[in-house]
Amino acid sequence: MTPVVTLTNVNKVFGGGGRPQTVALKDINLQIEPREFVSLIGPSGCGKSTLLRTIGDLVPPSTGEVVVNGKTAHQARLNREYGMVFQAPVLFEWRTVLHNVELPLEIMRVPKKEREQRAREMLKLVELQGFERHYPWQLSGGMQQRVAIARALAFRPQLLLMDEPFGALDELTRERMNAELLRIWQETQTTVVFVTHSIPEAVFLSTRVVVMSARPGRITAIIPIDLPYPRDVETRESPRFFELVTEVREALRRGEEMRA
Amino acid sequence: MVATLPKRRTSKNLAAILVVVALAVLWQAVKVAFNLDGRTLPHLWEIVLALGEPARRNGPPLIVELLNAALFTAQGAFFGFAIGAVLGFVLGTLFAHVSLLERSLVPYVVASQTVPILAIAPMVVIWLQGSWWSVPVIAAYLTFFPVTINTLRGMKSPDPRALELMRSYAASTWETLWKLRFPAALPAIFTAFKIAATSSVVGAIIAELPAGVQRGLGGAILNFNQYYITGPQRLWAAIAMAALVGIVFYVVIAAIERVALRNIVR
Repeated sequence: MTPVVTLTNVNKVFGGGGRPQTVALKDINLQIEPREFVSLIGPSGCGKSTLLRTIGDLVPPSTGEVVVNGKTAHQARLNREYGMVFQAPVLFEWRTVLHNVELPLEIMRVPKKEREQRAREMLKLVELQGFERHYPWQLSGGMQQRVAIARALAFRPQLLLMDEPFGALDELTRERMNAELLRIWQETQTTVVFVTHSIPEAVFLSTRVVVMSARPGRITAIIPIDLPYPRDVETRESPRFFELVTEVREALRRGEEMRA
Repeated sequence: MVATLPKRRTSKNLAAILVVVALAVLWQAVKVAFNLDGRTLPHLWEIVLALGEPARRNGPPLIVELLNAALFTAQGAFFGFAIGAVLGFVLGTLFAHVSLLERSLVPYVVASQTVPILAIAPMVVIWLQGSWWSVPVIAAYLTFFPVTINTLRGMKSPDPRALELMRSYAASTWETLWKLRFPAALPAIFTAFKIAATSSVVGAIIAELPAGVQRGLGGAILNFNQYYITGPQRLWAAIAMAALVGIVFYVVIAAIERVALRNIVR
């Protein structure tokens, strides 16, 4: 099986040309296989969002190679091979929930009838049926983020890029969204790259956790998560979960000490 | 909600009437307090009464004359508004997309507004050889500016992540314009339209003077200015009519705005 994402010797330097340079990414090598759920975790400023954006061809790497589904990241973006979810829902306030989910399908010239049908399916997947005619401001933060996920999945991309999607939610809502995302991931057969700075969130969701450290942003550890499925509330209270959380935390700390 | 709506509307109307009454009382109070004669500040009822009397011998009542003039001026103002709105929208959209144009041309757009319209107007009249179209063109000179600046600002207002989102869909510049930048800019554009609506009336009235157009409110104001000593109330009536045209323009734009933006909470 060809990997979904292959990063080879990726470096990213911001600034230069008279301004101070920041090394956002240094010597990143990473391969993500189909159906994986990979979390990127690290302190703020470690370049995890930048790394996600290079995969999505929203930020070009300074050097190195980014291959998505066997193509350049640029070509993969033009082929619309990934869906993106940000920390904020970024819904269009002048569109109803249904029309927000239809947005990517509109741009991809999907016929109106099919567009609506698929948007409705996606809203059902994120358990928001009945809210099609609502406007974003009529929904809670968690519901808005679910609309954003439905929108990202609407055109059935094989790859989902998520940049701290639940960072703005309260703890309980976040845990509920985690469980829901896991269910959606299993139902849709997508590969997910997930940026977070919450250790329990990364452990609960992932098949692998990629630990990064800051200045320069680099990968310091990759921890496979062997928690059994289905994962639920009890998973969070199992001894193995705590062991893995500790392991990730220690890896994060080691990354910081290496710098100091 | 539904039950309280008529009540709220009644109290709103009541408030509007109260404001009119208060202003009328203030007017008369100022007249008494400063002992102003009829030439400096006529009684309000003198202005109202003058509307019913002919301004010229054997002419129609003043109100008819002023309404005709107002309709005439409104046409010039309308076309001035339309030209300015289209020009402003196109310029603002262009500037939002091409930063080189924005940096090189916006200073001139700003500079254009520091030149008094009184200096520009006679030149426009000469360029257009005294045609009626010099009125809308001069009015447009006032209206394109707020529309340009607000369109530019509105088109640049979307969240950077919303633009990234469109990029992730490989959306074209054109699609990003119509599906994101334009709807996001609408509130700012309507604000500019409301400013432009009133200044288009001012522009049309001023433009009528050097253009030598007699039939509009500009002509009426000029005329009644010359006969101010014998009939100050007529000039006041003409001023009130000019204000009324501006208010009507504003109200029409505000009504369109309410329909266009009904789904956006602010």
